[in-house]
Amino acid sequence: MAELVDIAERVLGLARDNEQVEIYAVHDRETEVRAYGGEVESFSSAESQGVGVRVVVGGRQGFAWAGTLDADVLAETMADARDNAQFGTVDEHAGIAEPDGVEPALFELFDAALLDFATDKKIDLAIELERLTLAADSRIIGIESAEYVDTVHEYAIVSTSGIRRTGRETGCFVSVYTLAEENGETQNGFGWSVGRAPAELDIERCARESAERATRLLGAKKPSTERLTVVLTPWVTAQFLGILGSTLSGESVLKGRSLFADRLGDLVAPEFFTLVDDPTWRDSYTATTVDGEGLATRRNVLIGDGRIERFLHNAYTARRTGTRSTGSAVRGGFKSTPGVGPMSLQLVPGTATQPELVAGIDHGLLVQDVSGLHSGVNPVSGDFSTGAEGLMIRGGALAEPVRELTIASTIQKMLLDVVAIGGDVEWLPMSAAGVSMVVADITMSGA
Amino acid sequence: MTTGDRSSHGATLLDESIIRSTLDAALRRGGSFAEIFVEDRRSSSAYLDDGKVEELTSGHDRGAGVRVVVGETTGFAHTADLSPEGLSAAADAAAAAARGGGGGVRAVALTRRPTHNASTVRISPSEVAKARKVELLQRADHAARASGPAIRQVAANYGDSRRRILVANSDGLLAEDQVVRTMFSVSVVASGDTGMQTGRESAGHTVGFELFDTYQVEQLATHAAERALTKLRARPAPSGSMPVVVGPGGGGVLFHEACGHGLEADLIAKSASVFGGRRGEMVASPLVTLIDDGTMAGEWGCFGIDDEGHPAARNVLIQDGVLTDYMWDHLRARKEGRPTSSNGRRQSYQHLPMVRMSNTVIANGAEDPADIIASTKRGVYVAQLGGGQVNTATGDFVFGMLEAYLIEDGKITEPLREGNLIGNGPQVLGDIDALGNDFAMGHPGTCGKDGQGVPVGDGTPTLRVTAMTIGGTAA
Repeated sequence: MAELVDIAERVLGLARDNEQVEIYAVHDRETEVRAYGGEVESFSSAESQGVGVRVVVGGRQGFAWAGTLDADVLAETMADARDNAQFGTVDEHAGIAEPDGVEPALFELFDAALLDFATDKKIDLAIELERLTLAADSRIIGIESAEYVDTVHEYAIVSTSGIRRTGRETGCFVSVYTLAEENGETQNGFGWSVGRAPAELDIERCARESAERATRLLGAKKPSTERLTVVLTPWVTAQFLGILGSTLSGESVLKGRSLFADRLGDLVAPEFFTLVDDPTWRDSYTATTVDGEGLATRRNVLIGDGRIERFLHNAYTARRTGTRSTGSAVRGGFKSTPGVGPMSLQLVPGTATQPELVAGIDHGLLVQDVSGLHSGVNPVSGDFSTGAEGLMIRGGALAEPVRELTIASTIQKMLLDVVAIGGDVEWLPMSAAGVSMVVADITMSGA
Repeated sequence: MTTGDRSSHGATLLDESIIRSTLDAALRRGGSFAEIFVEDRRSSSAYLDDGKVEELTSGHDRGAGVRVVVGETTGFAHTADLSPEGLSAAADAAAAAARGGGGGVRAVALTRRPTHNASTVRISPSEVAKARKVELLQRADHAARASGPAIRQVAANYGDSRRRILVANSDGLLAEDQVVRTMFSVSVVASGDTGMQTGRESAGHTVGFELFDTYQVEQLATHAAERALTKLRARPAPSGSMPVVVGPGGGGVLFHEACGHGLEADLIAKSASVFGGRRGEMVASPLVTLIDDGTMAGEWGCFGIDDEGHPAARNVLIQDGVLTDYMWDHLRARKEGRPTSSNGRRQSYQHLPMVRMSNTVIANGAEDPADIIASTKRGVYVAQLGGGQVNTATGDFVFGMLEAYLIEDGKITEPLREGNLIGNGPQVLGDIDALGNDFAMGHPGTCGKDGQGVPVGDGTPTLRVTAMTIGGTAA
């Protein structure tokens, strides 16, 4: 731990007087066990280290990274970043983050129990997950994959502006893709469970839910085309929130790529709709106390009572906008410069359970899963179209399964059409929490 | 070939003695197969957005992955430390998966395979001044903005990489390869009364900086801008089922999703593909001949050897509608007692290889593309597809349309807004009723599977599917 920050400080020592320099150093360890047929299919043990160096000189920025912490490579990386800085466009707002006096939240994201968890037990978990899944229903014919994954993430961010942050986080999850078959037709379902240490994992639930998701789609047919009300399951809502969150980034706003750019303070959703990005919420799988530039993360209300309250900022977009960073610098590892984005989105939940939401709908669709969000949703124009599968809702009850359909609307319209938010908050292996959400007037395309 | 890098990096990535000792260490606790994969990857990129060159980035990754196969179990570990000690530790970690296996020393005799490069590199990108790369971005920015006052934002991205790999295994294989890729992309936002729309264009090949002798960045930028401008007057896409014509080069994603993934032997072995057990059967319209070809020089998905050390190959998967073979990696092929099809690929030394596509193409048909459109009464013409996704177990797949138009009375008419199309692989393959004679390669792509991304190419002539579901909102 001390070593990582020492290495980062040593690289920082190479900075020249006229340079702003930021060093982001990472040490990750990961174990992945895949079970198949009652045996270990693969066991991967991974350790990776790397550094990203950002240099700003005279308003020009350069960046370089290396997948090692070897001393000679680090010096070369620094030299590369410095050389690259000559070619950027001069930008008066360019620069690294300055300390802002906000202290990081005090909570532990590191659980030593994960380090003490023996390899054999990891293997047993994966094999048991497969066994439980196969036993869950007689129509389960196998799995595509059953895996246990854990990670230990350590980082250090130091800079010439006086940023000096280190941290370490643990995380683990199990997931299973289940195959169900009946009358020669195959369906599959996904199950998962996440935690900071293995004791938090619920493999029974993971197995049961994946089996249920697969079996309840058996016999699914293509529906006819119509407009109806949909219930998005927590898994689907979380993915929708991820897209919505990207439209509320200060970078998208500044660069004219946000459909909400001029709408600060506007009512864009019903009054019961409040969207918060809160990486300081410990239960979130992606909780973190420090952002990608070393500033403290904080709770940011993006949409409050249906109105846009705030856009997310890192140091650069904040300077350009004339505001303060919201502690929302995100990095995709050490290989890229910090961007801006949500880290832990959640909707303020309602109280209804999913069955209660379904009971209030005479004719609709429960969307169990979606596909092709990356190809059919455009967060700039707001066009929303995605492949989907799920169950029809008839007379307030779940009815026949349907597949090979799309659901479509626009992001703007969907927000206005939100009818209800459930109380079934679920933490998922992604940067948004899931909750059931009812949206009216969606076009379902099928036959 | 004239790679300027040869002089400084001509040496092998790892000495044979270290390779041998690492393989020995990997098999110390038993196992039927051990492999070491060494990678050295250097990349550079430059990014322009909002009229500013935001930054140039240089990257360097180097390391090795070691795998050991014991019975049905694969052990894998990787390290960035290429010293004998570092590799020995990785070999130990990989061997640890061999629980209770019988130990033993096995001498491995390595036979170095001749190198054959995927394509010729005339101008090594690392020899090109950074200022020239930056200039490309600025030229693209100017050209896109010159396309009209409605153009509000332009982002341009330049990237090059040089990846050297070495693979050695306990079967005695020892092979090396070097692949250079260069790409350029432009994304444009246009704004009008109907809101904002986006357009994108890209070019990428397994070549050096001579890519820009073939492609003018101004043309790429103008094309991206035109796509965004056209969409400003687009109407919502229809909803429901209708004929779909996909333009030349555009349909690759369709086949990649409709059947490509479903023909990967790892998914077949787990009964997770609708194409399992169907070799020798008619699985597509007789018009369809599908080939996966890693040897197509210069294309985005080509390579000299796959990431298991086997020379790239051309594999016919579907011949005149009949399923002839699946795609194989070492592990699956070994189980079946057959040769690999050289489709074992991995994102980096930090990943296990698995069955992946390379360049997936549909052989040319006979029809005049104009006739295909003219004989379509009402449907959708997709000029450019976006990405896609498939559930191989059910065969249901989606793909996005980035540039699409309505076909009315045999004529391409109004532009359509973006959306997904959905279909079922086996159904759609059977429903292809027209194939043009205008084969073209599509755009460079990155295929994701189990969290690993690898570069892939695709190509098709114009083709028509009699019915697919269009995921729009209009009646």
